[in-house]
Amino acid sequence: MHEDKPSQPAARRQISLWKRREDFFLGLIAIVLFLLFWETSVAQGWIKPLFVSSPSRIAKALAMMIADGSIWRDLRVSGLEFALGYGLAVIIGIPLGIMMGWYRRINAVLDPFVSALYATPRIALVPLIVIWFGIDLPSKVAIIFLSTVFPILVSTITGVRTIDRDFIKVARSFGANDRQLFLTLALPSSVPMLLTGLRLGLGHALIGIVVGEMLGANAGIGYMMSLAGATFQTDRVMVGLLIIAGSGMLLTQGLRLIERRFEMWRVDNRN
Amino acid sequence: MDQTQTGIAFEHNSAQQPASARSIKMAARNVRLDYYNERIGQLLNVLAGIDLSVHTGELVSIVGPSGCGKSTFLTAVDGLISIDDGEIRVDDQIITKPGPDRAMVFQNDSLFPWRTVLQNVTYGLELQQKMPRAQMLERGRALVELVGLQGFGDHYPHELSGGMRQRVNIARALAPDPQLLLLDEPFAALDAQTREFMQAELLKILERTQKTALFITHQIDEAIFLSSRVAVFSARPARIKEIVSIDLPKQRTLAIKLDPRFRHLQDHIWRLIEEESAQTGMHNHA
Ligand SMILES: Nc1ncnc2c1ncn2[C@@H]1O[C@H](COP(=O)(O)OP(=O)(O)O)[C@@H](O)[C@H]1O
Ligand SMILES: [Mg+2]
Repeated sequence: MHEDKPSQPAARRQISLWKRREDFFLGLIAIVLFLLFWETSVAQGWIKPLFVSSPSRIAKALAMMIADGSIWRDLRVSGLEFALGYGLAVIIGIPLGIMMGWYRRINAVLDPFVSALYATPRIALVPLIVIWFGIDLPSKVAIIFLSTVFPILVSTITGVRTIDRDFIKVARSFGANDRQLFLTLALPSSVPMLLTGLRLGLGHALIGIVVGEMLGANAGIGYMMSLAGATFQTDRVMVGLLIIAGSGMLLTQGLRLIERRFEMWRVDNRN
Repeated sequence: MDQTQTGIAFEHNSAQQPASARSIKMAARNVRLDYYNERIGQLLNVLAGIDLSVHTGELVSIVGPSGCGKSTFLTAVDGLISIDDGEIRVDDQIITKPGPDRAMVFQNDSLFPWRTVLQNVTYGLELQQKMPRAQMLERGRALVELVGLQGFGDHYPHELSGGMRQRVNIARALAPDPQLLLLDEPFAALDAQTREFMQAELLKILERTQKTALFITHQIDEAIFLSSRVAVFSARPARIKEIVSIDLPKQRTLAIKLDPRFRHLQDHIWRLIEEESAQTGMHNHA
């Protein structure tokens, strides 16, 4: 990071690969040991494969689903639902959050609705959504949208609202008008909170996929999982679980990379 | 002059004239200001008739007990808060709002963490939108150099030490070429050694750019070292208790602090503040 003196990177290169990535390797070893333990306990008959499947069975199930092509269809369907629902939440949540954070009156009008909806478990809205949108794509998008938009909205509001008062004084002292105050202060200083909101929203979106598809669908990862669950195909359930967890991790990592770009200056918020 | 050397154009003023012929840059007359405290629903009288003027090219310090209204006064001169009675004039114009003729250097440097040093320095110019971008950057770079931070233009504030951050803070204030610099305890957070160094630097910068300055501090030696006059505020509600002329050589070096007259002035001002602090039971001014 930036605190490093210019001389340090050179010294660093001489430290062994292990030292540099110790945390990574420890994590890797832990996972390998866990998988070995899992496989062995099923192979030894300590636990029934019906309950926990096993790494090799999961791999086989995955290979089959790739071979018959069903997995691509499920991925495509769920991916589309996610993209539409999450995209809509971003497109609506961020501008709305900025407006609500910046304009007291807009906030006063909308806050009761936002607070009420935010406090409602989103899953409680599912019956209504089914009545409105049926069980096809629109209802899944609506569920994912509703799961995602509130974390994004609330974080954005907080980000805009918590501008350092001293910054406002500086800007005013330089003669900033309201528009400039907004563009040069409110927007950039709310970026970290905004990214946090996007990351939180991501997790909620994945929940939305699974919940949405479990209430009825004819394709999708969540649908595949619930179908497999109903017919006790634990291996396939586990494949779905892996896919959901894996894409969650991947997307979160992607966002973290973006966040890190901003962390350059975020560091000093600590002191 | 040094301006040509650093490539920064600053408006010349009459600093070269003899002191007696100097014009008045800032004049506060009978300035009164109340804060309304919403919690107890009462007015708090903070400034009770401040009379103070600053000549062009002069540095005047303000000292006084904690919470007496020093920052409030400076903020009013900047135009960020309006006063309830009296008037403040800068270059004979009555102040009602912030303007490019004044610039404030705040105590906690308040540099924008998402902007680099250079971008922080050009902030005021960006808001003004008066000059093309290339010229703005050129001026910004020259100012970064003026405050001794060449090579740090692309760094972010959190990568700098406290002293360096205050240099950026000063450069940012200087960018729109204000005639009056308002500094609110700019060195308070620095360690003693850095502070002394920055004091000398500030004098150099002011001389080079020919600025007038109003400087709040709670360090008596800092006030004496920097100023031609020190205004001692009374306890709240603030009035001017005394304006102490600092009759020390105009060329200030650190050696001046050993001058017996320096010690004498220090004792005198300390006693004035102590009298005021004793009234309110506050002893935390130094
Ligand atoms: N925004 C404000 N609203 C109400 N009271 C304030 C405000 N700012 C400062 N005060 C009060 O005004 C008085 C003077 O404050 P200030 O000018 O900051 O003092 P100083 O800079 O001399 O320490 C203090 O009693 C403080 O509590
Ligand atoms: Mg103060």
